[in-house]
Amino acid sequence: MEKFISHTGSGVPLRRSNVDTDQIIPAVYLKRVTRSGFEDGLFAAWRNDPEFVLNQPQYKSGTVLVAGPEFGTGSSREHAVWALQNYGFKAVISSRFADIFRGNSLKGGLLTVILPQEAVEALWVAIEKDPSTQIKVDLDSRTVSYGSTSIAFELDDYTRWRLMEGLDDIGLTLKQTDSIDAYEAKRPSYKPKTLPIRI
Amino acid sequence: MGKTLAEKIWDDHIVRSAAGEPDLLYIDLQLIHEVTSAQAFDGLRLAGRKVRRPDLTIATEDHNTPTLDILKPIADPVSKLQIDTLRNNAKEFGIRLHSLGDADQGVVHVVGPQLGITQPGMTIVCGDSHTSTHGAFGAIAFGIGTSEVEHVLATQTLPSTRPKMMAINVEGKLKTGVTAKDIILAIIAQIGTGGGQGYIIEYRGSAIRELSMEGRMTVCNMSIEAGARAGLIAPDQKTFDYIKGKPHAPEDFAAAQGYWQTLFSDSDAKFDLEITLDADNLEPFVTWGTNPGQGLPLNASVPNPADIKDAEARGAAERALEYMGLTAGTPLKKIAIDTVFLGSCTNGRIEDLRAAASILEGKKIASTLRMLVVPGSERVRQQAMTEGLDKVFLDAGAEWRNAGCSMCLGMNPDQLSVGERSASTSNRNFEGRQGKGGRTHLVSPLVAAATAIRGTLSSPADL
Repeated sequence: MEKFISHTGSGVPLRRSNVDTDQIIPAVYLKRVTRSGFEDGLFAAWRNDPEFVLNQPQYKSGTVLVAGPEFGTGSSREHAVWALQNYGFKAVISSRFADIFRGNSLKGGLLTVILPQEAVEALWVAIEKDPSTQIKVDLDSRTVSYGSTSIAFELDDYTRWRLMEGLDDIGLTLKQTDSIDAYEAKRPSYKPKTLPIRI
Repeated sequence: MGKTLAEKIWDDHIVRSAAGEPDLLYIDLQLIHEVTSAQAFDGLRLAGRKVRRPDLTIATEDHNTPTLDILKPIADPVSKLQIDTLRNNAKEFGIRLHSLGDADQGVVHVVGPQLGITQPGMTIVCGDSHTSTHGAFGAIAFGIGTSEVEHVLATQTLPSTRPKMMAINVEGKLKTGVTAKDIILAIIAQIGTGGGQGYIIEYRGSAIRELSMEGRMTVCNMSIEAGARAGLIAPDQKTFDYIKGKPHAPEDFAAAQGYWQTLFSDSDAKFDLEITLDADNLEPFVTWGTNPGQGLPLNASVPNPADIKDAEARGAAERALEYMGLTAGTPLKKIAIDTVFLGSCTNGRIEDLRAAASILEGKKIASTLRMLVVPGSERVRQQAMTEGLDKVFLDAGAEWRNAGCSMCLGMNPDQLSVGERSASTSNRNFEGRQGKGGRTHLVSPLVAAATAIRGTLSSPADL
């Protein structure tokens, strides 16, 4: 995974709540067996609308999505994270994220930042007033800043460290193989197994 | 201080715990399907890693599979590639796979319980958010993304942060015609789509105890629609009886049951949040909007957004009514339906088909609509045919299909067209969920059947 320390870019104001993962990428776009090429499916239904925010030229180069509350509800599809990344987003800001989407994003290096709803609204206003507003999402200081505004956000130390170092989660866990072996040695024998097949 | 049911299971699965880090949890079972696994297997190959425990892993084909002509080559080449990729990966990594045409093929969350592989006290994951279904057996079961699928394949563990604990007490006795689906739709309407975020929900109370195992699965299934990754119910005699005799029931059943009987929340356990729902006065529920929290009793009318105080909720309601093509004040029962979908991991089990068939027997569906009946698994389909339910559906004018996720997510050819309106026993009424431009009303199997007969949203009491 690429290291994430800090990102600065312009924003895209998505003034909607409950943007579920079926909106981020509808099921018919989930058929690929790679991690790339999902940008075509990003917000597919809404992109037919010329008024939709991603279709407005002033937001074309945005890399920080600023969305309403309950972003990423619904399906566990990590394709939603890939679609946002494939399109070019580096960070998503919202006042509330659904748990599975948030987990997926932080595993994959798409930084999801939780800010109070008032701060999100202020950011919307700032971006709409000047779409070229540069937003800095800084993991080192755990702040979002633009213009003269700087807002702190929370992220646990462990996740922050993993993102800043660009560490592979599986590699970290495999260092604990002795603990896993020890746990398995104590597992009760009545726990079910899928193999051999019983009918 | 005592522990909650979920805390007991969690603590039993900690491989490693360190200050400032998530717990490393052991995973007893991973379920795999074609849509969220290809990139995980690819990751293993790239890193030269193996599947640590193929014997704790099981795969089936469900999300993207056709429900007609299942033994012919899949027409859509992209869908075919995805299925072929799963078949190749299962073979390469030594994983048990139930393919189209196999007796144990079906929706992943129907297959686990019917094999008896879903048992109390387990940790179960799958790259699918409705994994919470398995919580009905007193297991911690939750949906994960593809990176986590890969993690579990490689290590049989998952680093996880301990969630908060919520109890939802459903007390009282359901009226005739009110079902598990109505309980969970009412809960989501009450706490909202984000109400369960960060929590594991334990469903408790007399109305939950009264539910069959299949009803309990329906309730736990939709925990994610309230924002909770997992929901669970303490196991009891019904749970043990359900597992007994299933292919993968424990050989030493007494030993297993001895452990299972310790799985309940202690009387002095502390929940971070407790909520109560009155079952006595519950009515059949239906959604009117585009998220599962936008639901009301079937006797109500389409709400007026102007009456909603919260600005965010008001805006969402306005957008939802526009998308759904509904006018405030219209009685929900006046809404005409084009397609009835009976199936999914929420309501595609044998009891759901029996419930709908009991209403449809000897009747015809309205000439203005179509009805798709998609059993949750091939075994459910076989059982239904043994009971003659297929004939009931076919005689009524419904379509009788093969097992799969089908129109619940509209990934295969079973989709709504633009503006088409469904009454669906599935779990999500998101914009376009069942097909681009499609409009979904979530209902119970009983309401689905009554609606099919009358052509407008209806309960069996209206017949």
